[in-house]
Amino acid sequence: MESRASLINFRLDSRSGVAPYRQLADQVRQAVSLGLLRPGDKLPPVREVVTQITINPNTVHRAYRELEHEGIVEGRPGLGTFVTARASSSLSSSDRTMLLQELQNWANRARSAGVDNEGISALFAAVIQSKETNAT
Amino acid sequence: MSDAPALEAVALGKRYGHKWGLQDCSIRLPVGRIAALVGPNGSGKSTLLRMVAGITTPSAGEIRVFGHSPQDQTVEVLRQIGYLDQERPLYRAFRVQEMLKFGRLLNPNWDDALARGYLTELEIPSDAKISHLSVGQQAQVALTMCLAKRPALLLLDEPVAALDPLAREGLMHVLLRSVVDDHTTVLLSSHAISDLATICDYVIILSRSRVLVADDLDYVLASHRLLLGSREQPPDVPPGVIVISTTHSERETALLVQVEVPITDPSWRVVEPTLEEIVLAYLREQQPKTPVLSQPRSGDLGRDTQ
Repeated sequence: MESRASLINFRLDSRSGVAPYRQLADQVRQAVSLGLLRPGDKLPPVREVVTQITINPNTVHRAYRELEHEGIVEGRPGLGTFVTARASSSLSSSDRTMLLQELQNWANRARSAGVDNEGISALFAAVIQSKETNAT
Repeated sequence: MSDAPALEAVALGKRYGHKWGLQDCSIRLPVGRIAALVGPNGSGKSTLLRMVAGITTPSAGEIRVFGHSPQDQTVEVLRQIGYLDQERPLYRAFRVQEMLKFGRLLNPNWDDALARGYLTELEIPSDAKISHLSVGQQAQVALTMCLAKRPALLLLDEPVAALDPLAREGLMHVLLRSVVDDHTTVLLSSHAISDLATICDYVIILSRSRVLVADDLDYVLASHRLLLGSREQPPDVPPGVIVISTTHSERETALLVQVEVPITDPSWRVVEPTLEEIVLAYLREQQPKTPVLSQPRSGDLGRDTQ
């Protein structure tokens, strides 16, 4: 059975400790903020996702619902779930380039200080997680 | 269909002679869930599934499937159930198409197009003999036979046992798609706990013929924590927690606990356990000869009674 390739390939990290629905929602958010998903793009139907990553359909529904609440996607009855026009406006492409550049510089400094990839990920995760705890 | 849960058991029990195969089992499984039934061999998983399917008569308690009793309203219940036995009962001398014909003749709701669709997709030729198919393909055919009944409740006893990882995944995909298309409720027993964590949204833990846990996966994950502390000077067990199991490494004591409120005691490092860790903690605790928890061990020095 040939079908058109999805615009996003979900992944599940079973060891991350992050709830699966949140992992999916995060991946959509990330794809949107990197410009990989653009307004009007269709998210893969639940039926497709469950066989892509062997996951409970309710989990996919839940991720899509959360994204819908945030205004990143909208469900169109009978058609599917689409990225909204609002979604990408949070970050302009020049801002994105600048942020990426800064992060690249930071990563270079970390590497020259002898930190390996795992260490870099750990530092980055620590910053992100502390932000999340502050927010909640 | 009414608002009745897919499955409701109240104080359900089955006795084989002097021994209880399942005892005091109470479960309420809402419609549309995928429930994992986990526990050691002989803990009562198959007994429960067989009572739900109406094959085994309960010795105690009550059971309802979509509000009907499998014993008294057999026809209503059987029509809504797909039951896949551990043995995957197929007629080995039959060809695939003969199995389908058999299913068509026996089941008024039989969906032949659906069955043929799955088999085509799985690239299983309909003129192949069952005995010539691989174990994985036989499992696919057996599951297809169940799904073609368009059951509202699917009971699967160890559906992936003896399957290689690829066949296991293929079987799960067929199952998950049927859940999406038909909103089937699923109750499946398995030992592959780490696989189940992303597939299921309801967990039933059985041990020694009793239900230890039967709840939403989210709730089960949220209500358990792993506490890590010094082994030499173990901190006090925080108030209000129920210790499920205690394990020790050389320097660390790990408590898997059930919690109602967040643990704030800084002397414990608090970690969110995986489903596998939770299940193993319950089963470990049920093992015979487990030392009594929270009692000072004879080797503990310098910990006088307070």
